[in-house]
Amino acid sequence: MIGWRKRSPRVTTPATPLTPSQVAWLMAVAACALLPHASHLPAWLDAVAILLFTWRIAQWKLHWPGAGRIVKLLVVVACCIGVTLSFGRLFGREPGVALLTLLLVLKLHELRSARDGHTIVLLGYFMLLAAFLYSQTPAMAAALAVSMSVITAALIALNGPPATVRALLRQAGLMLAQALPFMLVLFVLFPRVPGPLWGLPADAYGASSGLSDSMAPGSISQLSLSGEIAFRARFDGPVPEARERYWRGPVLTDFDGRTWRQGESARRIGDTLPHAPGGTAVAYEVTLEPHNKNWLFALETLSALPSGMRMSDDWQLLAGEVVRSRRRDRFESIPEARPGHEEWSGYLDAARRLPADGNARARGLAVALRAQAGSDAGTVAAVLQMFRRKAFVYTLTPPLLGDDGIDAFLFDTRRGFCEHYAGAFVFLMRAAGIPARVVTGYQGGERNEIDDYIVVRQSDAHAWAEVWLPDEGWRRVDPTAAILPSRVEHGLAGMAAGEPVPFIARGDAGWLRSLRQRWEAANNGWNQWVLSYDQDKQRELLHRLGMRSPDWRLLTAWMAGLCALFAVALTAWAMRRGIARDPLARAWTGIHHALRPLGLGREDWEGPMDYAARVARTRPDLAKDVAQACRLYADARYGTSPPLQAARELRACARALRRKRTPAAS
Amino acid sequence: MSVIEPRKVVDAAATLILGKRSRLELSLTCLIAGGHLLIEDVPGTGKTTLAHVLARLLGLEFRRVQFTSDLLPADILGVSVFERETGGFHFHPGPVFTQILLADEVNRATPRTQSALLEAMEEHQVSVEGATRALPDPFFVIATQNPASQIGTYPLPESQLDRFMMRITMGYPDPAAERALLTGRDRRSLLADLQPVADATTLVAWRAQAACVHVADALIDYVQALIAHTRDSGVYRLGLSPRAGLALLAAARAHALLNARGHALPEDVQAVLPAVALHRLPAVEHPGSHDEAARQLLQAVTLPA
Repeated sequence: MIGWRKRSPRVTTPATPLTPSQVAWLMAVAACALLPHASHLPAWLDAVAILLFTWRIAQWKLHWPGAGRIVKLLVVVACCIGVTLSFGRLFGREPGVALLTLLLVLKLHELRSARDGHTIVLLGYFMLLAAFLYSQTPAMAAALAVSMSVITAALIALNGPPATVRALLRQAGLMLAQALPFMLVLFVLFPRVPGPLWGLPADAYGASSGLSDSMAPGSISQLSLSGEIAFRARFDGPVPEARERYWRGPVLTDFDGRTWRQGESARRIGDTLPHAPGGTAVAYEVTLEPHNKNWLFALETLSALPSGMRMSDDWQLLAGEVVRSRRRDRFESIPEARPGHEEWSGYLDAARRLPADGNARARGLAVALRAQAGSDAGTVAAVLQMFRRKAFVYTLTPPLLGDDGIDAFLFDTRRGFCEHYAGAFVFLMRAAGIPARVVTGYQGGERNEIDDYIVVRQSDAHAWAEVWLPDEGWRRVDPTAAILPSRVEHGLAGMAAGEPVPFIARGDAGWLRSLRQRWEAANNGWNQWVLSYDQDKQRELLHRLGMRSPDWRLLTAWMAGLCALFAVALTAWAMRRGIARDPLARAWTGIHHALRPLGLGREDWEGPMDYAARVARTRPDLAKDVAQACRLYADARYGTSPPLQAARELRACARALRRKRTPAAS
Repeated sequence: MSVIEPRKVVDAAATLILGKRSRLELSLTCLIAGGHLLIEDVPGTGKTTLAHVLARLLGLEFRRVQFTSDLLPADILGVSVFERETGGFHFHPGPVFTQILLADEVNRATPRTQSALLEAMEEHQVSVEGATRALPDPFFVIATQNPASQIGTYPLPESQLDRFMMRITMGYPDPAAERALLTGRDRRSLLADLQPVADATTLVAWRAQAACVHVADALIDYVQALIAHTRDSGVYRLGLSPRAGLALLAAARAHALLNARGHALPEDVQAVLPAVALHRLPAVEHPGSHDEAARQLLQAVTLPA
């Protein structure tokens, strides 16, 4: 190729300048490509882009001077520095998108030939692709489809004869619609490989909310304000009761007087289940939203460890890697199982450990209760009794607590959210010498009646406690349930009257709730079948379609076959259409097609006026309409009246004829 | 815009020539398009009357030449005669120096005489004894001929036929028209009473208007398709010539004008097509009747959308 180039004389084609309408199209391309990015780019870059864009429009409409080479160079250098300062580097997803934004707007300032136009169009397509790195919602997909039509229309405008905006958009839409069957075939049948095909930059995954590996007063109540979906679950059989649905997350063993953290035990990780529960298992599938942590959520208590997963000594389920994209796992759990008789004594010691001092009143209370109850189980019951009796209030807006937070909560404020109760309970247990730990996770979840998924939101985040009783093992104790049983039945909607409840968690407003459920079901469908369409889903779908053992050879054959079929069908359609591509001719065909059922189709050689006369002889009732239609056609085709308008009126005539022909025919 | 519409001529002629309206329209179309007309039929079907009526209604100067086997070219073109008084030759113009020349029974003359008409028809001028003399404007030849099967005829050669823009046949009148003819007044006296409705100037104006009739690309497509069919289909020994194509379009324009339309339609082309095309199209197989041949040609070609 290079050799050939060297031998051939250098040919420079004179650059044809872009027409004003082509320039307008390219501006539209830039706008369409940049709008989806406006929200996540730094504000200063948005401002620069808008400024450069406005300048270009002013140059075009008001004939302002254009940006000179020096100015452009300065803007590029300044923005490169700005991007480096903003993101800390010049490469990666965010700085890359920022730089492309800048280059795209700057390119608008040097539109000399069609080549520049093509650069803008290709950059535009790329920016649309990049927008999917930030958001993959159906709404975004729809918006990008619209942008794609605009960019394609611009591409047609660059290469085709001048046409109206409508005609170009129509053609672009038609082209994309023709591409759709191929896209679907490739999407459904292309052999899926697990994991992404290529590595994404390290910053490709943004922050997301979720439980953390520590818990301080306020951390979970903060999370409950969010209506974001944490994960969705679908059960194979009957769904366990809401009060049985404890989705276990991080287990917190260490306490420093204020904050609960994961302990030593969380770092002892094995490849097998540390316990062997018995009972009837329920099978279900969890679709977890990315949360940038490595733990997974499953119902207590898992009966088998799925391959590729591990479990820590305190029964925290862990994925092999950090969950950065939506993942779907199958689990089996036994909700009523309480394993853990043989706990290692070293761990039990850790589960009794408290800071050396602080919260003296609570310690005193614990010792007293233990002495009074006489047994560990009795102490648990006594503390729960206390929570129930002594006017404790469950609230999302607890007052701030001082240094001895547990004391202040237990004896002064008595208002708290689940983390207060779980923390205080575990503290009391430990002070009484009973091994106990805080378990965080999610509780309950709402059933979406539309698609039967259990939707678990951040507002379902919860903290509860586990105590180890010698003859029982680890027992789950949920102090929140003792104070407010409806919390574990109905989620936050079960909060006491008068307490503020996040809007998303409210139980009333039926239509709003159903609307939300529908929307979320649609989103879930999109997630399950489009975004998470992986090997398993593909196999499931193909199985449903009757392909028993699809391997890649069969898939490729099907793919090639279907694509060929579509290509043939589209070609046939295009050829059929090609005969009557002209709108006037098409509309005229519509007239005799309308009359054909009456046996009054037009002969190939028949002129419009003769045709009208012949129809009038057979069907005088239609004479007027047919004569009008034929005159319209004749005037436009053989006379000088505008054909497009005639085509429109002809279509109306055809409709009128179709309406009229029936009563007389019957 | 001329005050008189060409349609008036047809209306007036139709009072005298009964049941032949389409023939009258075609004849007038031919004259407006500036072409020569050949009327072919058995004797006594009103060929000559038609020529008379047209000349009369258009107010044109009219001469008639009865062609016979001993007719010489000079009998048509004119001759120079020595005049004793002036002592020189003086050209006596023949009957061709007129606005409408009726060449009656043109196929009874010898080919030599027939071809004398050739230059006159094509060039609108005659060359006699080395001098070229222009013919009046407008100049039309309306020729009548008997069917070739009749005794004592010299069929017109193809080149000669091609000079005629149209050939029409008269045909017998239908029973109603025939009855009106039989019971009505003598045609000769009617003809004598006929008043002109137009004059030469009007005819020239019509001709100019016809040239301005809009012909759309779609119609040109159709005309081309028709011509291509005559050349490629194998039905005809010889396809239509480019001159025939021009004649077809000019006739279609004139026909549109006659129907008071500013643009020509496929119907105009179809209306003039048999008259313009069939006498130039020797068929490989004898097509049967005139109408049958016309129908065959028309229905063989699809109207382009």
